[in-house]
Order: sequence, then C-alpha cells, then structure tokens
Amino acid sequence: MAVVEFKGKKFEVDEDGFLQRFDDWNPEWVEYVKESEGIKELTDNHQKVIEFLQDYYKKNGIAPMVRILSKVTGFKLKEIYELFPSGPGKGACKMAGLPKPTGCV
Amino acid sequence: MAKHKTPLLDQLESGPWPSFVSDIKQECDSRAKNAKGVDYQIPADCPDDLLGVLEMSYVDGETHWKHGGIVGVFGYGGGVIGRYCDQPQMFPGVAHFHTVRVNQPSGLYYKTDFLRQLCDLWELRGSGLTNMHGSTGDIVLLGTTTPQLEEIFFELTHNMNNDLGGSGSNLRTPSCCLGQSRCEFACIDTQQLCYDLTNTYQDELHRPAFPYKFKFKIDGCPNGCVAAIARSDFSIIGTWRDEIRIDQKVVAAYAGGEIKPNAGAHAGRDWGKFDIQKEVVERCPSGCIRYEGGKLEINNKECVRCMHCINTMPRALRIGNDRGASILCGAKAPILDGPQMSSLLVPFIKAEEPYSEIKEVIENIWDWWMEEGKNRERLGETMKRLSFQKLLDVTNIKADARHVREPRHNPYIFWKEEEVTGGWKREIADYRKKHQK
Repeated sequence: MAVVEFKGKKFEVDEDGFLQRFDDWNPEWVEYVKESEGIKELTDNHQKVIEFLQDYYKKNGIAPMVRILSKVTGFKLKEIYELFPSGPGKGACKMAGLPKPTGCV
Repeated sequence: MAKHKTPLLDQLESGPWPSFVSDIKQECDSRAKNAKGVDYQIPADCPDDLLGVLEMSYVDGETHWKHGGIVGVFGYGGGVIGRYCDQPQMFPGVAHFHTVRVNQPSGLYYKTDFLRQLCDLWELRGSGLTNMHGSTGDIVLLGTTTPQLEEIFFELTHNMNNDLGGSGSNLRTPSCCLGQSRCEFACIDTQQLCYDLTNTYQDELHRPAFPYKFKFKIDGCPNGCVAAIARSDFSIIGTWRDEIRIDQKVVAAYAGGEIKPNAGAHAGRDWGKFDIQKEVVERCPSGCIRYEGGKLEINNKECVRCMHCINTMPRALRIGNDRGASILCGAKAPILDGPQMSSLLVPFIKAEEPYSEIKEVIENIWDWWMEEGKNRERLGETMKRLSFQKLLDVTNIKADARHVREPRHNPYIFWKEEEVTGGWKREIADYRKKHQK
C-alpha cells in the first residue's frame, strides 16, 4: 500500500486513492485530495456533504444511499456533481475518508 | 518471442473455434513490432502480461485481480470498471487493467470508418484488447491505466461523438434486437426506441441515483432476440392486437414442399416432408389453428401470439397491422432472493415517437422504486417485497386477468379498510354484548 505525505501528515491509501483507515482522516486529507477530484476551492457546501457522510458512517457503519445524502443535505444529485465532479462515491466519500464503494460498480 | 511461458493457454490454440489465445498473441506481436510507430500510452506488453496472469490463474485455479476498483471520469459516476492485478511486480503491464464501457449503436451496426477510429484510439491509449460486446450491449475496451481515462473520454466525445455506457447503481446501457432494420417480425422500431430512451435518460445513465442497477431491453417480437424478458428490469416486447395475415397461396407452397419450413433452419437433418397439421396446427399452444381443405384458419381471439406458426411459415404468415408492445418488469439474476423473469405489467401499449406513454410507465416506476427500494434491491425484489398490487397502484394500471398466470391459492388476502363495511375500528365491548366470554 502506498503512503502519501502532505503538510507533515502521512496517509496510507489504496490504488484508487481511498484512505485505508477512516481514523486516519483529518482536514489535511481533504486539502490533499481535492485537486485530484477536480475541486479548486473548498466551500461550506463541500464541508456540509463531507460532515454528513462522516456522521452517517460513524453512526451506521456504511455510506448513505444517494437518496438519503440528497434528502439530508438538501443538495440535488446535480448539485452534488457540481461540488464533487466524480460524484458522491468516488469524490465525496473519498474526501470524507470513507471506505471505497464496493459491489457491481 | 512470448514474454511469459503459457503451456496451458497454448492448448487453447488448437481446435476449430476461433481461439482467443491466438488472437491475443497476435496483438502481442503487433505491439512488439509496432509497424505504425505508435507512441503507446500504456505498456506495449500489456497483452503479454495479461496472458501471463491468466496462465497463472489457470495453474492456481484462482483469480489474480484485486477486489473492486473505483475510477472514472469527471462528471460521471460510472462507465469505467477499475481493476488492479494482485501480482503487479510480476505483471506490471496489467498493474492497472481498467475496462471502459462505450455506448454502442442500437442493433450493433457499424461502418469500418468508426471501428477503425475506435481501434486507433484504443491501440494508442489501451491494451488493444476488447470485448465485442458486453452482455448488456456496450463496446468493451479491455485494459488501460487511470491517467488514460480522461484522455480516452476526451477523444471519444470530441473526435468520435460517442459516449460512455453505464455502470453502477443507475440505468445501464439499453440495448435492443435489430428490429425493423432486417426482420419482418419486428412489431416496433426497437432501434429508434432504444436510441430515444438512451438519449432521454442520459442523466440516469451517467450518474447513479438509484437504489441499484436498472436495465432496459427492447425486443421487436416475442422471439426475444435480445432476451429482454430475462435480462432487463424493464422489458419492452413488441406484439400486435389484430389478426395474423395469412397468404393462402404461400401456405399451399409450404404444404407442397416448395418452401422450406422455418426458412430452412432444420435443413441439417431429414425431418421428413413438412406436415402443417403436425408441425403447426398441433403445436399451437392455444389450439386455435385449423387446416382443412388446404386452407389455414386462425381464431385470432384465442391466439397468444407465441410466434410459432409465423416462425415456421414466415412467408405465408405475417404479424398483424395494429402493432405495439407489452411491458414486463422485474427480471434479475439470482442474487439476492432468486432469479426472476419479467412479469407482465402492460399487456399492450403503442410504441410511437415520442414514446410518451412508455416513458410515463418508466418514470412512475422510478419515482416509486427510488423512494421505496432498499439499498441494492432490484426492482424485481421490491415487487416481491411490496407486492405486485403496489406496482399496479404506482403505475395507475388496473388489475387485469392477464397480470397473473394463475390466481393465488392461499387465502391471505389483504383488504383496504375503505373496501370493508364498517372499517377496522371495532369495540370488543360491543362484540361481548352478543358473545359471552
């Protein structure tokens, strides 16, 4: 597994650039990932999505369905893609430090 | 010279069927030679390493691809299937081996210009290996690296005016039989409908918003040449509702042996002289055909449009003129709760541009399933869990005898409260006035 270093912090990641451990997440991670996810400036809206994903994951042990993400944050799917160009899975979940989405993707 | 020894795979080069091993080796040689001087953007020996890792799997009897993989292009949530080898040091050429799904034209008709352009792109930026086509219908570009994904996507869209197909929990790439392009059985223009639905629902195809995957397939008639009834959540199957057109002169030609039955499909064996009584009349599932005095009659009111007589005598019998389609829902593979074929929802619907009636059914189903479907629950499973009646309610379709093969045999029947005189609110005390404890 590769280890990346950013602003003095170390992160262990897989080939797709997902954090290996949710507990390794910190705000520097978001700074580090945003460029590769096509995000120039982090806004409060980005934060809102990331925080919700993390809360949901801590409470439920899984990522929320897209429908729930939209409902709770109030962002339509289109707006989520405007915030995270690679979408809620590859973009937002990766930045939030959640495990890589699995299944027939 | 081959990069890896592949004694097991080499055995698959013998025999009459086109050998995928010989073909891959040919591509290995072509890339090694590089006669066109291509500046390969991924390792030139990628297909060699693919053979190497495959040989290893043949020896071990185990796959050597790591679990999963999440890659893609900006703007889309699907279209690319990421994949990494679990022995990257041994097989660096396939350390990344992502699959790109490219949306195919309806009916899979091509010009060599298009295929050449696609091959040039894939030779430069991919492994040179493909799957023509994936089971869902996509052109499958088999094996490339992450940095090439946006490059491929740029060229596909800007130079070839072509898009990616679908993957993930969304609408997958729709597909159809070749329909009216070269089949006299086609009751609807399957290609046009497929193209229209694909364009109409681009958002649903590229950005996963569903509880799980969802597929459209369109068959021009009940023969099911794209297997819509088994391999799509929303199966559209062409049919007609008036009469089968009979040309008695041609029936006589079949009877006289001038025309081969089933267009000669059984010519490889001597089945004796064609016998309309035995091979058509007695095979009709509803027994609604009569052949007397050299005249064929069909009681169309009893015909279930199974296609058998038309398939057997295609030059004498033709589909009716009042054409449309049936819509069936819920087909899926076994996981999780067992395999399903689609169940009849709309017995007959007109299928004419702009297909508003069909789209209304689709969108009503999506509205319901997107709200009620559980995480990774196919439509067929939602139907099982919440009932067929619920599907009828949300699509505003009245229950009809054609919705069942047979009525239920158990008496666990739910009633709506408003259907029952007096409703559900009862006082036990009132009951006790007439019935002692």
